[in-house]
Amino acid sequence: MVEKKTGIFGIQSNRRQILKGLAALPVMAGLPRLAQAASATSAVNTTGLAVTDDTVTVGILHSITGTMAISETGSVEAEKLAIAQINASGGVLGRQIKVVQEDGASDWPTFAEKARKLLENDKCAAVFGCWTSASRKAVLPVFEQYNGMLYYPTFYEGLEQSRNVIYTGQEATQQILAGLDWVSREKKAKTYYLLGSDYIWPRTANKIARKHIEGHLKDSKVIGEEYFPLGHTQFNSVINKIKLHKPDVIYAIIVGGSNVAFYKQLKAAGIDLSKQTLMTISVTEDEILGIGGENIAGAYACMKYFQSLDNPANKEFVAAFKKMWGENSVIGDVTQAAYLGPWLWKLTVEKAGSFDINKVIDASPGVEFKNAPEGYVRIHPNHHLWSRTLVGQARTDGQFNVIYQTPDLMEPNPFPVGYQ
Amino acid sequence: MLMGYSFSDLGSILVMQGFAGLIMFSVYLLMALGLAIIFGQMGVINMAHGEFMILGAYMTYECSRLFSAYMPGLFSLYFFVAIIVSFIVPGLLGMALEWSLIRFLYKRPLDTLLATWGISLMLQQAYRSIFGAREVGVNLPEWMMGSTHLSDSIEIPINGIIVMGMTLVITAGVYLLLFRSGWGKQVRAVMQNRAMAGAVGINTERVDRMTFGLGCGIAGVAGAAFTMIGSTSPTAGQLYIVDTFLVVAFGGAQSLTGTIASAFSISQTRSILEFFLSGSMAQVIVLLSVVIILMLRPQGLFVLKVRR
Amino acid sequence: MKSLLRDRKTALFVLVLVAILAVILPLVLEPFRLNLVGKYLTYAFVALGLVLCWGDAGILSLGQGIFFGLGGYCMAMFLKLQASTPEATKIQSTPGIPDFMDWNQITTLPWFWQPFHSLAFSIVAVAAVPMLLALIIGLSMFKRRVGGTYFAIITQAIASILTILIIGQQGYTGGVNGITDLRTLNGWDIRTDHAKLILYFVTIALLLVCLGGAHFIRCSKLGRILVAMREREDRVRFSGYDVASFKTFVFCFAAAMAGIGGAMFTLQVGFMSPSFVGIVPSIEMVIYCAVGGRTSLLGVIYGTLLVNWARTSFSETMPQVWMFAMGALFVFIVVVLPGGLASLYRTYLDPYISRLLGSSSKAPVHAGREADHANG
Repeated sequence: MVEKKTGIFGIQSNRRQILKGLAALPVMAGLPRLAQAASATSAVNTTGLAVTDDTVTVGILHSITGTMAISETGSVEAEKLAIAQINASGGVLGRQIKVVQEDGASDWPTFAEKARKLLENDKCAAVFGCWTSASRKAVLPVFEQYNGMLYYPTFYEGLEQSRNVIYTGQEATQQILAGLDWVSREKKAKTYYLLGSDYIWPRTANKIARKHIEGHLKDSKVIGEEYFPLGHTQFNSVINKIKLHKPDVIYAIIVGGSNVAFYKQLKAAGIDLSKQTLMTISVTEDEILGIGGENIAGAYACMKYFQSLDNPANKEFVAAFKKMWGENSVIGDVTQAAYLGPWLWKLTVEKAGSFDINKVIDASPGVEFKNAPEGYVRIHPNHHLWSRTLVGQARTDGQFNVIYQTPDLMEPNPFPVGYQ
Repeated sequence: MLMGYSFSDLGSILVMQGFAGLIMFSVYLLMALGLAIIFGQMGVINMAHGEFMILGAYMTYECSRLFSAYMPGLFSLYFFVAIIVSFIVPGLLGMALEWSLIRFLYKRPLDTLLATWGISLMLQQAYRSIFGAREVGVNLPEWMMGSTHLSDSIEIPINGIIVMGMTLVITAGVYLLLFRSGWGKQVRAVMQNRAMAGAVGINTERVDRMTFGLGCGIAGVAGAAFTMIGSTSPTAGQLYIVDTFLVVAFGGAQSLTGTIASAFSISQTRSILEFFLSGSMAQVIVLLSVVIILMLRPQGLFVLKVRR
Repeated sequence: MKSLLRDRKTALFVLVLVAILAVILPLVLEPFRLNLVGKYLTYAFVALGLVLCWGDAGILSLGQGIFFGLGGYCMAMFLKLQASTPEATKIQSTPGIPDFMDWNQITTLPWFWQPFHSLAFSIVAVAAVPMLLALIIGLSMFKRRVGGTYFAIITQAIASILTILIIGQQGYTGGVNGITDLRTLNGWDIRTDHAKLILYFVTIALLLVCLGGAHFIRCSKLGRILVAMREREDRVRFSGYDVASFKTFVFCFAAAMAGIGGAMFTLQVGFMSPSFVGIVPSIEMVIYCAVGGRTSLLGVIYGTLLVNWARTSFSETMPQVWMFAMGALFVFIVVVLPGGLASLYRTYLDPYISRLLGSSSKAPVHAGREADHANG
C-alpha cells in the first residue's frame, strides 16, 4: 500500500521536477557527507518504525484541497525539495527517504485522522506537516499518544511545547519584540493601532505586542485594537477609523483572503505606505502573490527569513527551489521553515545514530543546521529554534529589502512571563 | 470616543464613512443580484454562485496577463474587455449547465441545490488544477487604484466608485430587461405559470436557459469587480457566498426590490457598527439581528404578499 | 401474511446490519480503521434524521450540522472541564479553567459552562440543546408555512451564523481551534484503543436505538401523515391536521438524533471544532443520505459508510481526484438515481429476497415511500 502510494503521489511521480531540482545540488557541498555504509536496521530501529535496510518512510501532512491549500502548497514543495536533496546526498543513515503524503483537506478532524494513519498504519519515522494552529492542536494528542515526531513549520502564537513536536517557525515573542523595538527606535513611533483576524494567533500576538509597547517602549501606547472575522472582505470602515486616529504605526496581523482585501482597500483609500508606517507579521512573499506588490510596497514585515536574503546557502536554496517548482515560484518565511524540517530531522537522526523516536527527541536539543537558508539555526531544549529576527520592507516586485536584522539569535520563549 | 477631534475631521470622516457604506451596499447587491434572479425567477438555488463569481475573477486575471503580454499599450483599458469576457464565459458555462443538468430538475428544486453544490466542488477543483492552489494577483491599471481628493481630508477610493457604477448599471439593466422588455415579460410569465406560458407559445426552455445564463453572467461580472477589492483563489467564492445567501434570504428573494432593500439595510448597519465597534462584534450583531428577524418574519423582510 | 413477511424481512436486515457492524468489521479491521468506521457511524445518526425530515416529510434542512455540532460541543464542554483540573492547568494564570479561556484573558468560568461539570446534565444537554434550537426554528418557520428551498437557505444561513459566532467568541468556545485535548470521561481514559473499541460498540447500540425509534415513527400513523404532507400538504391541513406541529416534532426528533451523533463523535475523535457546524458538513450529510436512499433507514447507514469509506481511500491515494469524484457523485445521485442505493435494491434484489423468504406475492413494501420523486 505504501509502495503504491509513493508511486502515485510521493516523490517518484515528481521525478522529472526533482531531477531538475537536483541539478542544483551544490547546496549540499557545504554539508558534511554522511557515512555511506548503512548500519544494521535492527540497531537503528528498535520500535518497529517503517525502516528497511535501504529506505525509511516519512509522512507529509498538509492541506492540498480546501481553503488552506492556498497557504500550505509552499510548505509541501519545500519539504519535497529537502527530501529529494537529502536522498541525492545519500539519504539518512544510508537509507533513502520514502514519502507518504496525506491530504488534511483544510479540515481539522481530517488532520487528526490522517496523522493517526501516518503513525499507526504507515509507521512513519517523522511527519512534516500542519500549518494552522487548529490543525496542530488537532494532531497533537495523536502524536503524543502514538509517540511520533512532528516538524511544524509555521510561525505561531506559542503557549505550547510538546516533546513530540519540533517547531521550526518562530513563536510569537521571537517574531514580535525585535520588530517593535526597531520601529520604536528607527521611526520614533509612539502610537500603535493593532489589527488582526479573529483567532488565536493574532489575538495572542497582539496581546504580546500590547504588553511590550506599553511596558517596555518609552512613552508608547496602543490607541486601537480590532479583530475581523476570518474571510472578512470589507475594511473601509476601519480604514476610516485609522485615518481619524492617525497612528504612527499600523500593526496588522490579518490572514488569508482578508489580507488581499485589506491591502487593496488601504491603497484605494489613499493611505500611502511609504509615508504611513505599517508593520505586519503575517505577510510573506507567498501572500504578496495574491495581494500584488504595488498594493503593499513600503510596508514592513517582521520575519526570520526573506527570499532576498543575501547569503550563499540561500542563493543555492532559491535556485534549487525554482528549478524544481518553476521560475515564478516564490519562497516565504514558512516555506523556508518547512524546508528546515527534513534537514533538522536528518541531522538529529544522525546525531542520535537511530531512528527511534525517543532517541531522536533526546538528541534534538542542540542540533545545529549551519547552512540553513536563513543562516545558522539551533534547536532549543524547548523544541523551538534559535533564530534571528529580520525586518524587511516590501518592494513593488513582491520581494523584500532586508533593512535590519538582530545581531544575535533570539531565544525562543513559548511561555513568555510578563506577556500573558 | 469622538472627543478630541476637530469638526472638520469629523465631517470628512462622516462623508467617507457614508461612502464606505455605499460601497459595501454595492458589493452586496452585486453579489446577490445573480443569485436573486435565478432564485426569484426560477426557484432554483445556485450553490455554485460563488464559483461563477471566481470564474469571472479568473477571466479578469487572464485578460490582464494577455494584455500585458501582447498589447501593453492598451493595458490601462483592459478592464473593460475583462468585464465583457467575465460576463460571457460564466454566462455560457451557466447556459451549458442549465442545458445539461438543471433542466431535468425543475420539478425538484431541492435536488438542484444538491446538484449545483456538486458542480461547485468540481469547479473549485478545476480552478485548483488549472490556475494553481495559490492566490493569483490581478494587476490593475494604475488609474483604477488610489483615491480622488474631494477636499484636503476627504478621500474617496476610485475602485469603490467603479464598483458603485457597475452595480448601478447592472441593476438598471436587469430592471429594464425584466420589467421593460418583451423578454422580461416572457421570463415573468414562465415564472408565474409555466404550462400556460408554454401554451401561448413562449419557448419556456429557452427562457430558462437565458435566465440562468444571465444570473451566472452577472455573478461573473461581480467577480471581475471584486478583483479590485478582494482576493482571487480557488476557494475565494466561499468568502462571499455566506453574505450573499444572507442578503437573499433576508430580502425574501421574490422581488428585485427586496434584494436591494436587504442589501442596503445589512450593509449600512454593518458599516456603521464597524465604525463604532470592532469588525467581529459588528458582524455578530448584524448576523444575530438577521437571524432574529428571520425567525419573526421568515418570509424575509421585504417580500410582497404573494398568494401561492 | 404481508405484515408478517415484512416484519421477518426487517428483522433479517437489522440482523445483517448488526452482524456486519458488530461482528465482521471488528474482526476484520485493525483498530485504527475500526475507529474510523465508528466516526462514520456518528454521521449516520444525522442521516437517519434526514430520512424522516427530508425523505418522508419533505423538509430539507441544510443545517443538520448545527445539531450535530451542538451535541458534540455539549459533550466536549463536559470533557474539557474534566481535563482542566487545577493540577493539570497549573501553568496557567488562572488554573482550573479550560486553556483557551486562559489565553483569552478570561478568569472565571462563564455561567453557561458551569452546569457542564455534571455528567448527567451534559448527557441530557446533548439531546436537549439541539432539540430546543430545532423547536425554536421549527415553530417560527413551519407555523408561517415556510418550506422547500427557502427553508433550506434559512437553515443554511443559521448554520453559517452559528459558525461565525463560535469562531468569534473564542474565549468561550475555543474559536476556530475548537475544544481540543479531551482526555477522560469520569476518570476513564477515552484515548486508548480499548476505550475506542468500547465506544464503537456504544455507538452501534445507540444507532440501533435511534433506528428503532425512527422505524417506530415511520410505522405509526404519524409516519403516514408525514408522507401525506410531503405529497399534498394542503389536503392534510384541510383534513384538520396541524401540519406545523408534525413538522416541528419530526425536525426536533432529527435534531436530537444528530446531537447524539455529535456527542459520540466527540468521544471517539477526542475533540470538537466549528468545522462541523458550517454549511459544508451539513450539505455533505445530506448527500450521505441521498446516496443511501432518502427513504430507507437502513439504506442511509450503508450510504454514509460507503461515501466516507470512499472519501478516506480516495484521499489517501489521489486527493485531487476526490473533489471531482465527490462532485460527480452529487450530480449523479441527484440526476440519475434519486432513490439512492435503496432504489437499486428495491428494483433488483428485493424480489429475490421476498421469494427466498417464502412468499410468492410481490408485496409492495412501504408503498408510497417508493416514490422516487422528491418534493419542494
